[in-house]
Amino acid sequence: MTDTDTDLRVPPRKKGLTRRQKRGLSRGVQYAVFAAAVVALAVTADWDRLQNQFAQKDIARQMFPDVITMALKNTVLYTVSGFAVGLALGMVIALMRLSSVRPYRWVAGLYIEIFRGLPALLIFVFIGVAVPLAFPGTEIAGGTYGKVALALGLVAAAYMAETIRAGIQAVPKGQMEAARSLGFSPARAMVSIIIPQAFRIILPPLTNELVLLFKDSSLVLFLGVTLEERELTKFGRDLASTTANSTPILVAGLCYLLITVPLGFVVRRMEAKAQEAVK
Amino acid sequence: MSRTENRARTENGARPEIAIRGLHKSFGANDVLRGIDLEIGQGEVVCVIGPSGSGKSTLLRCVNLLEEPTKGQVFVGGIEVTDPDVDIDAVRRRIGMVFQQFNLFPHLTVTENLTLPQRRVLRRGKAEAARVAAENLERVGLAEKADAYPSSLSGGQQQRVAIARALAMGPEVMLFDEPTSALDPELVGDVLAVMRMLAREGMTMMVVTHEMTFAREVADRVVFMDGGVVVEDGTPAQVIGDPQHERTRHFLSRLLDPAMAEVEEETSDQVGKDRE
Repeated sequence: MTDTDTDLRVPPRKKGLTRRQKRGLSRGVQYAVFAAAVVALAVTADWDRLQNQFAQKDIARQMFPDVITMALKNTVLYTVSGFAVGLALGMVIALMRLSSVRPYRWVAGLYIEIFRGLPALLIFVFIGVAVPLAFPGTEIAGGTYGKVALALGLVAAAYMAETIRAGIQAVPKGQMEAARSLGFSPARAMVSIIIPQAFRIILPPLTNELVLLFKDSSLVLFLGVTLEERELTKFGRDLASTTANSTPILVAGLCYLLITVPLGFVVRRMEAKAQEAVK
Repeated sequence: MSRTENRARTENGARPEIAIRGLHKSFGANDVLRGIDLEIGQGEVVCVIGPSGSGKSTLLRCVNLLEEPTKGQVFVGGIEVTDPDVDIDAVRRRIGMVFQQFNLFPHLTVTENLTLPQRRVLRRGKAEAARVAAENLERVGLAEKADAYPSSLSGGQQQRVAIARALAMGPEVMLFDEPTSALDPELVGDVLAVMRMLAREGMTMMVVTHEMTFAREVADRVVFMDGGVVVEDGTPAQVIGDPQHERTRHFLSRLLDPAMAEVEEETSDQVGKDRE
């Protein structure tokens, strides 16, 4: 404070560590903590017990081929059908949200608020329990598959509607003007020119939505399903309780990752490519 | 389809291709057009010039109803565009429009940009649409880019594709909204050359532009707008060469200071070379 030396020469070396030395020390500490944590885990963990509970080879073997041919197949089937319902409904809601007719905008806005605000599980319970109670005798077409597609679709539609709307709005205004000045009607311009471009923009978030649905399909657990309709989570849980062992849960988990990890990779690739295109 | 009694006629009885009567346009409290009367005859090339904010682009966009006029009438080919009952999509098929930002469809190839509107709007068959597309790409000198995507083309090439796309619809009138303003200077010449060719072929053209050389050499008439009204309307020699109003003189002097004029001469030479 008292010494206001404005000299531009290199200031005298302060006592203690240089910046580079500090950086090195900080990194060294982080490695040391990590190594300590690994060692502690290896020493304290009861490896025999873990292997017994989670990696019983004969129990795992017993799950095949059903875990793939039935459980994974059903998970994929539920997800894809839910995605299809969600995409169709989401498109309708997105277009209603962008409509010049005000009540349409209200209805779409209300739908989005409600279904984004509710837990997906509640929707499953609603479809599985509340609807049959309220309207005895009504059957949702397609049985369990129909119910799951509807429940997943109703939830997904709310998110997808917002994504699709954002995609449509991200298409430059000049595209609609160019289409209209060529004589396209508003609806035809939307279908032929705007929506194809919007889908290019929203392909990554839509794929993300697919990953989310894939995981949400586990909520089928809370609908009564027959043995053949079980998907990964229910299949794993049932087998875990009959064998009193956790291996089936681990195998089911690996099956999810088998799909979600590559899909996540694809999304990142698409996003990187989209970034590239912007440049 | 449209009402025949609603025909506009000039004094000598010939039907103008575009007729604008008492046109007003406001955006909220902002009066952009304040009473425009303008007629453009068949085959006439009219350049609309004026400072930015003078309403020239809005006027052009009112002709094909991209902007809805607040008051007044617009006739194109004898049909009242501003009639609420008119089939505007049908009218627009006869009016080609070229934008400053090209507005090509980026998800389609050059050829698809030309064929899709023909097929969807004019319901032309696949073979015919492809033939018309190839013809028009040839006209603008881009036949070799038929399978390229717009993003791989230069601005000048994109704008020529945009012109070809409009021409493929067989329009009777072409509107140009500052077609060269978004282009790098060295690419302007190719686009202007295509426009010269169209003018020679007798296309009715309304061109909003800052290219004074083009206006002077190609236009039959030049319209100077300022503050939402037409200030001067006459031959290029009258409006650019011998402006009667102070506002016109002021605008032109700022645009055409000697240094600028020389640059423009060079560009126009370039145009001639590029066409060879």
